[in-house]
Amino acid sequence: MNGTAEAAIVLRGLDRDYGDRPALQGIDLTVAAGESLAVLGPNGSGKSTLLRILATLLRPTRGEVSVMGIELPRDAWKLRGKIGYLGHEPLLYQDLTGRENLELQAKLYGLEPELARSRIEADLELMEMGRRAGGRVNEYSAGMRQRIAICRAVLHRPTLLLLDEPDSNLDPEGRELARRLIGPGEGRTRVLVSHEPERALAEADVVLRLAHGGRIEGAVA
Amino acid sequence: MTPSRTAFAAILGKDLRTELRTMRSLPAMVLFAITTFIIFRYGLDRTTLSGSLAGGVLWTTLLFAAILGINRIFVSEQEEGGFDAIRLAPVDRTVLFTAKAAALFIYLCVLELIVVPTFAVFFLPQWAGLVPLIAVLAGANLGFAALGTLISSMAVNSRARDLLVPLLLLPLVVPLMIAATGASSSLFDPGGPGYDDFGTWLLVMGLYDGIFCLVGYAVFDFLLED
Repeated sequence: MNGTAEAAIVLRGLDRDYGDRPALQGIDLTVAAGESLAVLGPNGSGKSTLLRILATLLRPTRGEVSVMGIELPRDAWKLRGKIGYLGHEPLLYQDLTGRENLELQAKLYGLEPELARSRIEADLELMEMGRRAGGRVNEYSAGMRQRIAICRAVLHRPTLLLLDEPDSNLDPEGRELARRLIGPGEGRTRVLVSHEPERALAEADVVLRLAHGGRIEGAVA
Repeated sequence: MTPSRTAFAAILGKDLRTELRTMRSLPAMVLFAITTFIIFRYGLDRTTLSGSLAGGVLWTTLLFAAILGINRIFVSEQEEGGFDAIRLAPVDRTVLFTAKAAALFIYLCVLELIVVPTFAVFFLPQWAGLVPLIAVLAGANLGFAALGTLISSMAVNSRARDLLVPLLLLPLVVPLMIAATGASSSLFDPGGPGYDDFGTWLLVMGLYDGIFCLVGYAVFDFLLED
């Protein structure tokens, strides 16, 4: 991390347990604003748990978590609205159309109707979903769902992107399109969980490798 | 923070649109209620009912039909990630409680719009009691909606959801059912609607509704925590 840059994410001694089972143990990490953090590790190493803690969806068991200068979980409400979260689940209502899902998202994030409309259409076109967005989500392929989920995650133009396997179900063309919305750049801080180290390492400024049991493997690089 | 009114309208609109599109709850509730009336009609071997028996038949049927809707009120949130989507958004989480309770209230009103006239056709010799019954239905619906939303949000993450909802709901709903039946009984008197204790029972229902609306509003945020 650049010593002069403002820290976007600071973790000190972060632990998270599920009952007696530790999912994350003693995580210390600092990520500067605008940097990309790649989180690598095998299944069950706590990658998604870390992402959910940063997204305010889970509370840490012990330790300090500060995101964009906001302490979690105490001031989590201040952070909501600044995060774009793309998890394992697309967080889309299956019986609504892709466009209706995005309109709902826009309302929940308090976007002005005119701005929401133009942004929804622009993002759908960018993901080449403009003509398919009128179909119900339960009629989409997994890849189409992921494209809409990406539009949903960035619709409110978050400053922090939390991406859990963002390329899953996407074909090579879809991956390339997705980079325009969730790729590095534009000053966004990104946390990228991936099973593909090559892609993640190529885009990362900071790399966190987790081992089984949620311990840091090696040093944060 | 997004204004609560905007978020409330968005969530309620989504629920009503989904129900209109899929008809997952209401047809089952209506079918259950009408089938139950048919069973009562032939089981009791009576073509007319009055007084407390009429009130009992109506409210037993409505209660169990309502449970079908209560069971499903959070299913889309649980199965499609709606809980996470709303927890990530800059909205007061209690908006989800009020929107879901409002959706349930509307479902119950639609149910009664079909089922109460059917009940009258099946069992009531004269229909004058149906007008004041609207106040009783509204009071009971509010109680069902507040308590049902609260219970459903607690049970939805369990695989035994279908068992848990009635198990938790039925003991708690007894006072509401006593009040609703008490208020309705005199409305179904054979000689025309009477109003003995009608106001008292409505007051009891109002008190019940107030308590569970407040409890739901106060604890719902904690129920959404991990």
